[in-house]
Amino acid sequence: MTLERHNYDVLVIGAGGAGLRAAVEAREAGLRVAIICKSLFGKAHTVMAEGGAAASMGNVNDKDSWMVHFRDTMRGGKFLSHYRMAELHAKEAPDRIWELETWGALFDRTKEGKISQRNFGGHEYPRLAHVGDRTGLELIRTMQQKIVQLQQKDGRETGDMESGIKVFAELTITDILKENGKISGAYGYWRESGEEVLFEAPAVVIATGGVGKTFKITSNSWEGTGDGHALALKAGANLVDMEFLQFHPTGMVWPPSVRGILVTESVRGEGGVLTNNLGERFMFKYIPDVFKDKYADNEEEADRWYEDQDNNRRPPELLPRDEVARAINTEVKAGRGTEHGGVFLDVSKRIPAETIKKRLPSMWHQFYELAGVDITKEAMEVGPTCHYVMGGVEVEPDTAAAVGVPGLFAAGEVAGGMHGSNRLGGNSLTDLLVFGRRAGMGAVAYVKSNGANPVSEGAIAAAAKKIQAPFDREGGENSYSLHAELQEITHNLVGIIRTGSELAEAIEKIAAIRARSANVSVSGGRKFNPGFHLAFDLDNMLLVAESTAKSAIAREESRGGHTRDDFPNMNSEWRQINLISSFDGTKVNVRKQVLPTLPKELFDLFDIHELEKYMTPEEIAKGGSN
Amino acid sequence: MARNIKLRIWRGDSTDGGLKDVVVEANEGEVVLDVIHRVQATQMGDLAVRWNCKAGKCGSCSMEINGKPRLACMTQVASFGEEETITVTPLRAFPVIKDLVTDVSFNYKKAMEVPAYEHPKELAPGQARMQQIDVERSQEFRKCIECFLCQDVCHVVRDHEENKKSFAGPRFFIRIAELDMHPLDMLKNRKKTAQEEHGLGMCNITKCCTEVCPEHIKITDNAIIPMKERVADIKYDPARWLGSKIRRREGL
Repeated sequence: MTLERHNYDVLVIGAGGAGLRAAVEAREAGLRVAIICKSLFGKAHTVMAEGGAAASMGNVNDKDSWMVHFRDTMRGGKFLSHYRMAELHAKEAPDRIWELETWGALFDRTKEGKISQRNFGGHEYPRLAHVGDRTGLELIRTMQQKIVQLQQKDGRETGDMESGIKVFAELTITDILKENGKISGAYGYWRESGEEVLFEAPAVVIATGGVGKTFKITSNSWEGTGDGHALALKAGANLVDMEFLQFHPTGMVWPPSVRGILVTESVRGEGGVLTNNLGERFMFKYIPDVFKDKYADNEEEADRWYEDQDNNRRPPELLPRDEVARAINTEVKAGRGTEHGGVFLDVSKRIPAETIKKRLPSMWHQFYELAGVDITKEAMEVGPTCHYVMGGVEVEPDTAAAVGVPGLFAAGEVAGGMHGSNRLGGNSLTDLLVFGRRAGMGAVAYVKSNGANPVSEGAIAAAAKKIQAPFDREGGENSYSLHAELQEITHNLVGIIRTGSELAEAIEKIAAIRARSANVSVSGGRKFNPGFHLAFDLDNMLLVAESTAKSAIAREESRGGHTRDDFPNMNSEWRQINLISSFDGTKVNVRKQVLPTLPKELFDLFDIHELEKYMTPEEIAKGGSN
Repeated sequence: MARNIKLRIWRGDSTDGGLKDVVVEANEGEVVLDVIHRVQATQMGDLAVRWNCKAGKCGSCSMEINGKPRLACMTQVASFGEEETITVTPLRAFPVIKDLVTDVSFNYKKAMEVPAYEHPKELAPGQARMQQIDVERSQEFRKCIECFLCQDVCHVVRDHEENKKSFAGPRFFIRIAELDMHPLDMLKNRKKTAQEEHGLGMCNITKCCTEVCPEHIKITDNAIIPMKERVADIKYDPARWLGSKIRRREGL
């Protein structure tokens, strides 16, 4: 049988927000683009984003500006974000939101008819553009429809709507290919038929999202298996700071089948309060010193804030996600949790039923249909769930080019650096737009100056052999059981609270599963065979888990989405360090790399006393780089 | 409290297939998708089923459960009787690929036929001003998660392959209605093309689509009927009819 071959200028792997935005950019610059999605077009995990997209448009509070947004982002990430990414993001986010409106998006409005903006954890002003609590769906649909618009334009010009941009749905990429040290394309298979496909393209944009499925309790769908992280590692790229995982504080905990599914932070933004089984509003006990001047330490002030934000401090329920997740974890461990091991989150006492249904429609729906709970009348039970990976492919901020691999780009959750050690809610959706566009621009510039780079027959043969391998083995390991074992290890040993000895144990156990995974065999044929699909996903998850565990044991401090029981404090020396994962063909190696210094003009945006909480006296004395 | 339930699953492909009976464990609070996954992990490793978010937000796990188009992730096992056999089959309106997975490309082709949103040229990014009340009508339709249950249940195409060519289906009638009601969209005559090119006239408003919509979008009442009424107004209003003739003559 002859191999199905395609030739494009840019290949975008992943059809969530970042991938689609990159594809639009590359097509509008005149290049031919292929978009690969693992599931159907428009089903990407971006649809699950509920709260909104953070952009300092200043529509609700005109004191907001990119500088304030930049500060909030750096603070939220505990000053470990790549400053340039945080800067570009804060500066460009408003344009990216307004641009969506010119493509037909319909955000909720203010009284003046502008795009409405809501409060969210860690954001100083109301900043999240939103559509009820289904903002991610609006983003995906708008870009999906923008791509149709581009296809209709191509159709009018060439007679073929798919001549300039084509979506390949339900296709898995198993290898990114290189020739002469540069990207030449990618290899994969149709999930439907199991038949193999070759894409030749000089530029590849990875936009594959997250890694949640490496964990037992997660808000991620089956697609979050770290494919892009692993593909990039294997192609010679680096991952940065893979120890930082965001456990969203509020996932559903009951019934078991929905454990982990997200309960949007907007519930707290709209006035929801967290209580333990004693009825105590416990978050007041967990305000860290660095945030004491910004968060209310008593209920009266916290309640007043919803009406008057200029003269009151914020309620502590709106602390950054890592703080809230740890607080809930502590309450539950101390025996003050709910029957099903969570805490209570209640909006029913503060907000009228009709307003809840209007502002949080899909939350109401989700609890009513899946848990039999009416959130307009009773409290929800919630607990932490693995939600987002801050770590990811090391990129050049301005072009989203993967460091060390010419022709490779990465944007969105799969890219690292933007969110430091902890991402603020709402920053993900605008991250997708800002860096999706930049990855598209980067790929366009690269293709224009480099041109085609044909794939060799040898590379094709090697990639094909890998896909066939699990069918040729008999009586080997079952990928479902190996996946379940991996999830137990990460959950128990690499979870919210970590210690050196457990991490060492995890590294050994992950290596043992990886050895066994080399012997996975698959029953049935190639046609839409989930066992076969999982065999490749598993390989990716194992590499990601190894990178996470090895980075976590190396970072001897607690910061953001990485908490070490044996090193409970933040350490200013460690703030200057990124942990870089690379792959040598058999194992992941982790090394230290110094973080770029904040330039003076950005350094000066902060109160010096705030910086003193994070930086060494030498760094403060230097006052940023020039 | 685990118990064993009886599940009957359609297995096969475009050439051949049939119902297979299995007994599988179900825990308290589980949905049909959970037990299908358990069958997959323990008894039928190659059982094909689409799913993504498992929270009713992505519209991937559409199938027919005891003959009704449903999302498997939003259908509680407990909603059936203890002794009842739960039968799961693929969507009937679309060709089977394998087991519970069907070829839904019909819908993506139809999506490409609906003319895109046209933004006013003079309106720069950030300048748009719209009132909440005006965006809400279109927002209702933008809640659509593209599960295609409405397409599956619609009798115009459910057992009439021959109608598919000229009929876009309820999902795309709400797409057209959404653009038609969009406060800024500049493209004219959307209702007319809905009638003439996308088969709006073939719908005889039995509301089956509205009944199966997991997002509770009032497809028939809020999108299809208002469009049909407006089309009828334009077509049968004598003054408008005369107006259109006169203008056409002037244009010659």
